[in-house]
Amino acid sequence: MFYRETGQFKTSYAADDAIFPIRQDFLGFGIIMLIAFVGIPLVSNEYYFVAILVPFLISGLAALGLNILTGYAGQLSLGAAAFMSVGAFSAWNFITRLPEIPFVISFILSGLAAAAVGVFFGIPSLRIKGFYLAVATLAAQFFIEWIFTHVGWFYNYDPSGSISTPPLTLFGFELTSPISRYYTTLTIVSVLALLAKNMMRCSIGRDFMAVRDMDIAAEVIGIPMLKTKLLAFAISSFYLGIAGALWAFTYLGNVEPAAFDISMSLRILFMIIVGGVGTILGSFIGAAFILLLPIFLNISAHALLGDLVSQQFLVVAELMVFGGLIIFFLIIEPQGMARLWQIVKEKIRMWPFPY
Amino acid sequence: MLGLKKWFLIGISASLVGGATMISSAAADEQFVPLPSYRVGPYAAGGTGLYGGFIDYMNMINIRDGGINGVKLTWEECETEYSTPRGVECYERLKNKGPTGASVFNFVSTGMTYAVIERATNDKIPIMSMGYGRTDASDGRVFPYIFPIITNYWSQNTAKIKFIGMKEGGMDKLKGKHIVNLHHGSGYGRETIPVLNKQAEIYGFKVSHLEVPHPGADQKSQWLQIRRMKPDWVILRGWGVMNPTALKEAARMRFPADKIVGVWWSGAEEDVIPAGKAAKGFIAAGFHPAGTDFPAIQDIIKHVYDDGKGNLSDKKRLGTIYWNRGIIHGVVTVEAIRTAQEKFGKKSLTGEQVRWGLENINIDEGRLNELGVAGLMMPIKLSCYDHEGGGSVKFQQWDGSKWNVITDWIKSDQSIVRPMIEESAAKYAKEKGITPRDCPKT
Repeated sequence: MFYRETGQFKTSYAADDAIFPIRQDFLGFGIIMLIAFVGIPLVSNEYYFVAILVPFLISGLAALGLNILTGYAGQLSLGAAAFMSVGAFSAWNFITRLPEIPFVISFILSGLAAAAVGVFFGIPSLRIKGFYLAVATLAAQFFIEWIFTHVGWFYNYDPSGSISTPPLTLFGFELTSPISRYYTTLTIVSVLALLAKNMMRCSIGRDFMAVRDMDIAAEVIGIPMLKTKLLAFAISSFYLGIAGALWAFTYLGNVEPAAFDISMSLRILFMIIVGGVGTILGSFIGAAFILLLPIFLNISAHALLGDLVSQQFLVVAELMVFGGLIIFFLIIEPQGMARLWQIVKEKIRMWPFPY
Repeated sequence: MLGLKKWFLIGISASLVGGATMISSAAADEQFVPLPSYRVGPYAAGGTGLYGGFIDYMNMINIRDGGINGVKLTWEECETEYSTPRGVECYERLKNKGPTGASVFNFVSTGMTYAVIERATNDKIPIMSMGYGRTDASDGRVFPYIFPIITNYWSQNTAKIKFIGMKEGGMDKLKGKHIVNLHHGSGYGRETIPVLNKQAEIYGFKVSHLEVPHPGADQKSQWLQIRRMKPDWVILRGWGVMNPTALKEAARMRFPADKIVGVWWSGAEEDVIPAGKAAKGFIAAGFHPAGTDFPAIQDIIKHVYDDGKGNLSDKKRLGTIYWNRGIIHGVVTVEAIRTAQEKFGKKSLTGEQVRWGLENINIDEGRLNELGVAGLMMPIKLSCYDHEGGGSVKFQQWDGSKWNVITDWIKSDQSIVRPMIEESAAKYAKEKGITPRDCPKT
């Protein structure tokens, strides 16, 4: 009814190539951005900003980074958290050692540092694939964690080995209040997500998908393997690096290398599996599912059953419900929750006369 | 007959009504204590025991005394799973609960304590980290809201070296000895390396640091190295599954268990029972003993457990190390609130007021007797200058079935520790642009 592209004629190539070819999608995106930038800050309190929204956005960005590598380019990686830690530690070093450069540039530099490390660990992908590549990226996970715990220079010889972040400053303002941290994160994440959406629609993304779907065929039609695969590692690690820097600076404020351990990598991988491999939207849905659902379960279990059953029972039950829900969603939609949304969209388009 | 769905709805509405009545009855004077606990995950054995004891003590205060001077204690748990981001979420969720907000947070996790230092300082809520956390926060001038109470890791470590010296027959006998520091591969594990190096310099022993990667279930190569090095003592700085594994490997390498000295996160029943016979003779530091022979604990059993209101379902765990540590958390929290009430009045207090109470807490021997915890914990007195207070350790040995205390309180060597703390805290203050408070040096 209201979601129908009838009558929207494309009269130029540019219109046909637009990021949202359907007008309703464009409006929908605009509304979401409006809600994120204006609506949420009006109704949210401090708790939602610092404990829910900021980590959700950062996890979504990290999942997006992994999705570029694993979902679009088909290179399975278990080292996502390690690249995040490269971003976090290099951002900290740039900002504390070179405080005169603006933090945005430090963040970009730290993303580039992560990209360089990502390219280095992506070299094996030219020879090995699938699970074997996953094992090679696992090496990155352990090696990078080891470096950051043993080379004191990276954390300025702090006795506990953790880094405590200074406040970010922009044009002389300190970005420490919950709302400014939210805006910082939201702006960076939105820009990068839009960029990713566009990248995946242009020749870079098409090359990635060709490599994912069949690398031999891709090579035969002239897609350079070396360049494409390493580029996938670089872009993915760049995103993960920025996510790591945000995790340290706008979210936790204090991180140790152990915070970016293998279980974090696996959680990011679960985010894209549950959310949808090879979709931008899926990265954020998956992040919400893996990160926020346990918190939501904990709060609602407290509110409903807090005094009736023992705490011990409650927390174990939450874990069981959470696990059950993961299995449930994977059974009803193995391609992830982004696919569910796509199906809904198709249905609305046909409504009320589906065929 | 009612259908399943109806029962479900009735259940939900009943609990909503119950919740509403609970909220409406919360108008009286109450003091809210947030509990970011962990009851699932790899360290659940510690979390259930410790937070169980903490809750049991507060429950006993409410039942026996009707609260602290009539102000009832309330609390809410929030599951952290020992993960720092979840802990931060819990902090944000709990910090404004209760009529006046959170009194004092106890995370029982070094990582989480680090993560909330700045948040808590901005929010004016004190953080207590009893026997863990940021060591240099003992300097209260730089860290007004952080309280690494009783003994920090560095103090504990100097007491351990003193104990080893005692066993060797004098500190001068340490010269030429070889000590291996087998530590957990985390910030917590590495925390004592500088203080050990310093003492090695002073006393002339040799120290080798061996790291065990988290979680520590595989230590074969480290113990092979230890066998080659033939050290006189091994310091076990473990946590969770690393501890029993180390003891079992030691037995396999024929390294005597009574030459291994553990930190208190290695010295609970849960750490030695899985190692079986291999743990017999193992020595661990502790800031409190196990057991139930204390009047306060007897009161808990009488007022709480005999009425079936206890937090632990397994009564055999009463008097274990973790549960008793929870009791001490309860004692210090309650006494801090009581101290603050003397200044600010017998009503619900804010975190900032409780912070004053913590800083001015003074539990001497007489007070310990009144509280019924004499022998369970040592006297503690804090000040603006010193947020640690005390700094003595008892050593206990596992005899195969229980922990036996084998020493009196051994004083830590503040002449080594305090300058290092001040140096480290000053560095932090400089990095963060904090002007240290001006405090009398006592």
